Amino acid sequence: MMDSLYMPYLMRIERITYEAPGVKTFMLKFVNEADQEKFSYKAGQFGEYSVYGVGESTFCIASPPTRKGYIECTFRQTGKVTNALSGCEEGSIIGFRGPYGNVFPLDDWKGKSLLFIAGGIALPPMRCVIWNALDLRENFKDVTIIYGARTVKDLVYKDELKDWELRKDVKLVTTVDPGGESPDWKGEIGFVPTIVEKIAPSSKDTIAIVCGPPVMIKYTFPVLAKLGFTDENIYTTLENRMKCGFGKCGRCNVGKVYVCKDGPVFTLAQLKELPDEY
Amino acid sequence: MNIDKRLVRKDSLEKLFDILKQNSKKIYAPFSKDGKTIFKDAESFGGILTGYVQTTESSKDIVFPRTEKILDYTKSKEGMSVKGIDLKDIPDVILWGVRPCDAIGIGELSSIFNWDYKDEIYNNRLSKVTVFGFSCYKSDDYCFCTSVGGNPGNTTGSDILFTRLGENGDYLAEVLTEKGESVVSIAPGIFEKSETAEKEKFLAEVPVKFNHEEIKEKLDKFFESNEWVKQSLRCLGCGACAYVCPTCACFDIQDEAHGKRGSRTRCWDSCGFSHFTLHTSGHNPRDIQSARWRQRIMHKFSYMPERLSVYGCTGCGRCSRACPVDMNILENLISIQEVTL
Repeated sequence: MMDSLYMPYLMRIERITYEAPGVKTFMLKFVNEADQEKFSYKAGQFGEYSVYGVGESTFCIASPPTRKGYIECTFRQTGKVTNALSGCEEGSIIGFRGPYGNVFPLDDWKGKSLLFIAGGIALPPMRCVIWNALDLRENFKDVTIIYGARTVKDLVYKDELKDWELRKDVKLVTTVDPGGESPDWKGEIGFVPTIVEKIAPSSKDTIAIVCGPPVMIKYTFPVLAKLGFTDENIYTTLENRMKCGFGKCGRCNVGKVYVCKDGPVFTLAQLKELPDEY
Repeated sequence: MNIDKRLVRKDSLEKLFDILKQNSKKIYAPFSKDGKTIFKDAESFGGILTGYVQTTESSKDIVFPRTEKILDYTKSKEGMSVKGIDLKDIPDVILWGVRPCDAIGIGELSSIFNWDYKDEIYNNRLSKVTVFGFSCYKSDDYCFCTSVGGNPGNTTGSDILFTRLGENGDYLAEVLTEKGESVVSIAPGIFEKSETAEKEKFLAEVPVKFNHEEIKEKLDKFFESNEWVKQSLRCLGCGACAYVCPTCACFDIQDEAHGKRGSRTRCWDSCGFSHFTLHTSGHNPRDIQSARWRQRIMHKFSYMPERLSVYGCTGCGRCSRACPVDMNILENLISIQEVTL
């Protein structure tokens, strides 16, 4: 019997990491080794994660393709499926189908500097690219990461943030919204766009990858433009509600562009061609 | 290709029905039920309708069922077992009495279900279906097939197209595909030789009401138009238009659990529903009905032609017949054509 497009891989939850209130990371391994062997993906792609009996939910693959043998996803407990996922334990079996969508063109970025700007729960889709780039560190010049969250508690990947902070080949700037700091907070205080303006990273030979809530993105783009970034050198990844992930269920399109097939990765130049429907 | 034209006597249709039944084919044909004309599994020839302009719902659910299981799962102590649907269980079906605007719609559905990713469930269903198209000798004010490239005797999508040659007349049968030929081969006596029959004068007249290419061009610059608001003010967002449409393919995926067992299903959905694009965060990219109405028209007359090289409308007029607040797609398309930008 032939497997249909809708048939998920069976995945075992190998490890659960508590990231922030309501936010968890699952490390997932393929139950069937044969599936693992034929599976490959690139940074920026996403999948449909499912709890059998509850449904499917769309998130990016948050681990880099340079780390083999597993994938990771990070999600916030908000809807029906993410609540059910949150109730899963290590060893539980969930479904995964993918990878879907286009990719961040890391090959084209060789020799350039990378500026990552992320807000809140939007670090996960970027984390895949960050680690992919750091695992191939010699391919890139400066790597700068600016990451902000509402409060100190809401910062995800706290251990990795420490790791990036200690690395000499990464410049990490973390910030929290005013009022979100703790007494011992040593990072910046302020909204992400303000901090980008303050740090003023160079746009010379630099690709900016921006991911965050709409309001953060909206105010960050003009700051980047002021710093001299062109629309072609600014990348982001869109999310829209999806069911199938491969251009059939009909809901993720922005005008004639399908986020699942043509995206989720877009340059600012491409976004400007789209109607305001995302 | 030279179309194989045959003559089927009026009285032979019932014999054809019986022969197909003897060959264990399921036959879906139009019947009258609760004031509607619907396709259903026909046990016998009696009661199959002929005089309808259009069935109330399209025949698309034969290839794309309203609710369709895509997998079953069972949880146990040992783990999880998941099984896809067995495509071998899909029966051979004769779709009898399909109007040309539905037959052509199957091709449009196929474009969606095979856009890069091939949907085997859909394709398998389609491979088991033989389409008996029946040309239209009647039409109504809602019909506009000729404005979107079709016509009342269009052969596209049919395996055999039957055209009634006058009131109480016999039928011209155009055998169009291998599937059609295989029907002829199991019922050779029914399909008599007839090279001379012409169908044109027996077809309904459906005047061209608008130019779909002009509309497509217009739509490219029409996204921000206030016309969408004007047209959709009375839209209830009920989705009836999508459910009766022969080409609407939007679907949802939902799980159903019964203890340790359950299934995942694919079910019809509609871009007219407010929650269709609603994010978990509460953000909704198409947050007002006019944005959803715009999506419906743009998808059919701009996005599909551009991305899939087919229009998403066959001019069957069902959406207008079904609309509870009397929105009329034909009027709306004409008004789009008439707006000066």
